[in-house]
Amino acid sequence: MNKVLSNAIEAIKGIEDNMTVMFGGFGLCGIPENTIMELSKTNIKGLICISNNCGVDDFGLGFLLRNKQIKKMISSYVGENAEFERQLLNGELEVELLPQGSLAEKIRAGGAGIPAFYVPAGYGTEVGIGKESREFNGKMHLLEHALTADYAVVKAWKGDTHGNLIYKHTANNFNNMMAMAGKITIAEVEELVPAGELDPNQIHTPGIFVQRIFQGVNYEKRIEKLTLSKS
Amino acid sequence: MALDKNQIAQVIARELKDGYYVNLGIGIPTLVANYVPEGIHVILHSENGLLGMGSFPTEETVDADLINAGKQTVTYMPGASFFDSATSFAMIRGGHVDITVLGAFEVSEKGDIASWKVPGKLIKGMGGAMDLVASAKNIIVAMQHTNKEGQSKLLKECTLPLTGVNCVKKIVSDLAVMEVTDKGFKLLERAPGVSIEDIKAATEGTLIIEGDIPEIKL
Repeated sequence: MNKVLSNAIEAIKGIEDNMTVMFGGFGLCGIPENTIMELSKTNIKGLICISNNCGVDDFGLGFLLRNKQIKKMISSYVGENAEFERQLLNGELEVELLPQGSLAEKIRAGGAGIPAFYVPAGYGTEVGIGKESREFNGKMHLLEHALTADYAVVKAWKGDTHGNLIYKHTANNFNNMMAMAGKITIAEVEELVPAGELDPNQIHTPGIFVQRIFQGVNYEKRIEKLTLSKS
Repeated sequence: MALDKNQIAQVIARELKDGYYVNLGIGIPTLVANYVPEGIHVILHSENGLLGMGSFPTEETVDADLINAGKQTVTYMPGASFFDSATSFAMIRGGHVDITVLGAFEVSEKGDIASWKVPGKLIKGMGGAMDLVASAKNIIVAMQHTNKEGQSKLLKECTLPLTGVNCVKKIVSDLAVMEVTDKGFKLLERAPGVSIEDIKAATEGTLIIEGDIPEIKL
């Protein structure tokens, strides 16, 4: 078993035009910076991206937007991005907006082999248009289908050569579920250690879900809204 | 006089009970954390994956890997926990969060809420708002009673795209505290110096007035 690659250039081999790719992260927190940057240097286009957000104009998935590599975004919140707005209004970009918890669960279900499930979120709103609905315990629910992807790209704090991953603080967010839902999952980590060095009690994502892993470099970890206390 | 944003937050904070798990939305709801009554300990839930959210960090403690659902840098309290987004929304959907406070563009007398989209303006997305309103046990809306043109935001029917239907339980506006009942907005309290007539004039939806309506004590 060798899951370890030396860098993002090797990790993205096999990603092709028109594929569906998941990207972990919430805002700019916990995004796979190295892999996104490397994809932005390629001519790969027509991507269907599943990510809670779409970066900002000059960071994260904003790089892929700028190069017009994204055909469609499946997200819950896409503000803070002027180029996104421009492409959307010009009809250059498709977007499917989903309630954040439904998006998370659709990805978890995809990874867990559950084809569809019912949730109350979005019932009676435009999110429910065209979806089956059903009453359970006196409350209306929508049928939501699972999401999977050709590739899932996640970012972790620590990882080992078996693909086990540990996230830091709120940088876990969508990464844990997306690792489960990729046919091939690429994990980039800040620190890669030999199998056996991470405490098995502390693993968030078991290595079975990860096919490729590499230690990233030059993490910028840009802060979207720096907010400090006055004292 | 109408309540200011901090006073609205202060009134909502009276609803908090010891041991509550609380989700506060962006804007006025965030201010509720500043008015937690003395002797009461609540745990703040941030839907990006944090229970036990603390205040904003200092320059020394700021960490890009530690943000809230509004993407602001934050800290965590002793006893905090971190988790993925699916687990976070299981807490919401499963009814484990005791109280949710959020803002709104409009609320209808049936408890429908519109808070995420204004047609013709940039579509940003609903984030976690639809999940929260569909599942929270107790939803309190913090809002202005009227818009800048003086038109009521408490309506018979919402005019903007909905975030959820039949879900809002209580509203604290700059003018009044109201409960959403089967028959409409039931007036519970009024802001100091604001008359029932003022509130009636500012409410397009059905307003139920029963008995004496006390002034809010701040």
